[in-house]
Amino acid sequence: MKALKNPAHRAWLVLLVATGITWYLGEVGAAGTGAIVAMLLIAFVKGRLVILDFMELRGAPLMWRLLLEGWLILVSGLILLAYWMSLR
Amino acid sequence: MTTIADPLPAGTLRSKRLPGDLAIWVFILAEMLAFAVFFASYAFARTKNVEMFNLYQQTLDRNIGALNTILLVTGSWFVVLAVQAAHRDDRAGVPRNILLGFLCGGGFLAVKVMEYAEKFGAGISLSTNTFYMFYISLTFFHFMHVILGMVILAVLWTQARRGKYGSHDAHGLESGAAYWHMVDLLWIVLFPLVYVMR
Repeated sequence: MKALKNPAHRAWLVLLVATGITWYLGEVGAAGTGAIVAMLLIAFVKGRLVILDFMELRGAPLMWRLLLEGWLILVSGLILLAYWMSLR
Repeated sequence: MTTIADPLPAGTLRSKRLPGDLAIWVFILAEMLAFAVFFASYAFARTKNVEMFNLYQQTLDRNIGALNTILLVTGSWFVVLAVQAAHRDDRAGVPRNILLGFLCGGGFLAVKVMEYAEKFGAGISLSTNTFYMFYISLTFFHFMHVILGMVILAVLWTQARRGKYGSHDAHGLESGAAYWHMVDLLWIVLFPLVYVMR
């Protein structure tokens, strides 16, 4: 398990599993509020791993972490708002 | 305690630092904002045509979309490994991992071209309906970014083969890598949004 000490390896594994979950949700025809929230949360976790462990912003000045992670929150928030509007 | 003997990962001892050039991050943010507008436009356009979007989304191949996610995520992973190799002066590991990342990008493009061939062959175009207009323009805009990312990787590869990147200087490599990860990050939002969420 020494390899898992490398954050890039851990991130890669989680990204693969998370992609599998999103694919599976599509296969079983998951729809509606629960499915949308789940998929956005998965995308958020995936995006955050790319930002922190692939772009290596974990040790970057706070402003840059906030800008990139803020983008992720902004985009997921807007998508959630639009989907919520369509469900009403 | 053997902590003294353990080489610390690059950056641990330094103060907080942004990998690569400041300019590339400004460029990345600008690109990401453009995509944010695009993603939001898709989501809000959908609110006016929910049934139509849900119907035509079913015609997309989720298996191919997921395969492409795996290719980009893996391509990104190889490029992080290239940066890590540079930081520990593994001169052979840098070009090798850049090349592997490049090949993943090539795989993505090949899969996407097959997907487009199937859709265009079925007579689908930008003017077919709003869903396809978004599907084609969003994925094609992203496709162009994958190509640019691969051009950057090709340049990094030729430089890495000359031994340009190491613990003394990995700046250019880090800048190019950051752009490549952005391409991955954008697809991570695009895939569930266009292919799966309903």
